[in-house]
Amino acid sequence: MTRASFNRRAVLQAGAALSAAAALARPAIAQSAGRVVVIGGGFAGATCARELKRGGFDVTLVEPSAIYTACPFSNGVLAGLRPLSRQQFTYDALKTDGLAVVAQRATKIDGQQKRVSLSDGTILGYDRLVLAPGIDLRFDALPGYSEDVAQIMPHAWKAGEQTSLLRSQIEAMPDGGTVIISVPANPYRCPPGPYERASLIAYYLRTQKPRAKLIVLDAKDTFSKQGLFQAAWKALYPNLEWVSMSSGGKVIEVDVGQRVLVTEFGRHKADVANVIPPQRAGEIAALAGATDRSGWCPIDPVTFESRQQAGIHIIGDACIAGGMPKSAFAANAQAKVCAAAIASLLGGQAPQTPKLINTCYSLVAPDYGITVAGVYRPVNGVLTDVEGAGGVSPADSSPSFRSLEASHADAWFRTITDEVFG
Amino acid sequence: MKWVRRMREVCISIGLVMASSPAMGQPAVSPPAAPPGASSCSGCHAPSAVGHSIGALQGLSAPDILDALQAFRNGEREATVMGRIARGFSDGEMRAIAEWLARGDE
Ligand SMILES: Cc1cc2nc3c(=O)[nH]c(=O)nc-3n(C[C@H](O)[C@H](O)[C@H](O)COP(=O)(O)OP(=O)(O)OC[C@H]3O[C@@H](n4cnc5c(N)ncnc54)[C@H](O)[C@@H]3O)c2cc1C
Repeated sequence: MTRASFNRRAVLQAGAALSAAAALARPAIAQSAGRVVVIGGGFAGATCARELKRGGFDVTLVEPSAIYTACPFSNGVLAGLRPLSRQQFTYDALKTDGLAVVAQRATKIDGQQKRVSLSDGTILGYDRLVLAPGIDLRFDALPGYSEDVAQIMPHAWKAGEQTSLLRSQIEAMPDGGTVIISVPANPYRCPPGPYERASLIAYYLRTQKPRAKLIVLDAKDTFSKQGLFQAAWKALYPNLEWVSMSSGGKVIEVDVGQRVLVTEFGRHKADVANVIPPQRAGEIAALAGATDRSGWCPIDPVTFESRQQAGIHIIGDACIAGGMPKSAFAANAQAKVCAAAIASLLGGQAPQTPKLINTCYSLVAPDYGITVAGVYRPVNGVLTDVEGAGGVSPADSSPSFRSLEASHADAWFRTITDEVFG
Repeated sequence: MKWVRRMREVCISIGLVMASSPAMGQPAVSPPAAPPGASSCSGCHAPSAVGHSIGALQGLSAPDILDALQAFRNGEREATVMGRIARGFSDGEMRAIAEWLARGDE
């Protein structure tokens, strides 16, 4: 789409939003042209709601949970390096900002009437809607795996109780036992996450249960920061084995009774099985008609507006963000760009073409960090890596460089959670 | 976040445009929004970075920030991730980001 035609479209849409709001002759609904509802109070939604609120808009954040448990660094919790409480944040600071935080689940979206229904029956009107529901696990995608089985073979891919459950299983496992991590095909939340998890569990096992084994069964042949992870594993964790898809790593079924993960090539018995199943955008995105056949949400990369539902923007893990990974950093960066675009659209101005940054930190050991970074811009309607920029930490980094990246990881987590929830 | 204040000004100016447009349609002067890339910076750089290994940008002048960005890009200044990120920005973009970040501190 050319810049000029985009601008025209944006102006038309903003006009449509205003007249739709005016046409709703119900004063309780959509009173002002600046009414935004944000669904989901994670890294994406809480950031976006805060930015818009501070920008003077009438913003309602819908989030059922009173406490948000962050996934970044939750792998450290599994390894006993930090308590789960360090992952947890409330919405108190957002309320102090004057933001309306509604502790309900959004259950239905009417994009025509611009209304959101909540689980308690409340209906909220909006001029612009932001969906930031994160992921849902596809319990239908792996035979034998279900929400009930996740109580025995935790995914721990949404942090909280699942994290504590997996941690206690690893702690209770006898020395000499086997932990198996099953990793899905792309795309899923946090591309390097499973490998950071493998590293930190391996660190715990090496220090606490040196005879234990860790096997990673992967539905892929390549993965994020692969060279760096594998070099570190070779040096640090001889008991960690990674099985690629072509070597028979893809888990196709789960036998919970036997505690067995079934692959195309054989059966793997686990003492502790961490099954990370395939994923899709949080269900409310599908209910809004914003997902495509992939289960994720196609968006315009300038505004993060749905390609399928006018007036609805999708940010964070739920959207298809081209080259950007599904990360908390990306979710936060997208939220700020989306808030600025919504401010422009509601004001009848053309949103500016953005650039976005992502950096993903992973810990291989407590004092050993590695990173991947990227810079992105819209090219032909898709967020695309800026050529020549980005990439992973140098392979031949010194121990002090790795230790500095580990400190930066910690600083990053404190800064971003402070910006979003503090 | 200073962007936020600017956005509020944008909104106010938009309000003025809407209010005055039937009469004159004068364009209001909107303060600039965050230039491309700039709003990502606060994901890592805290307003005050006491006890953080990643430095704060508060108190730095625009020329200081621009110099640092250019030095990161051409490898003159040692970096963990900033070298990789700076390579994604032109001189013009860097100047705009530096000015915007420095203004945030006024
Ligand atoms: C083990 C692990 C490690 C990770 N490490 C990193 C890392 O080091 N760095 C990094 O950048 N990222 C990391 N991530 C990724 C990061 O957690 C996600 O990318 C990020 O949480 C996405 O943010 P989000 O706001 O899109 O979704 P979420 O953070 O999941 O937030 C979604 C919110 O929406 C709410 N919601 C859902 N449906 C509804 C509804 N119908 N109504 C109302 N509310 C609803 C949920 O309750 C939830 O609070 C990691 C992830 C994992 C699993």
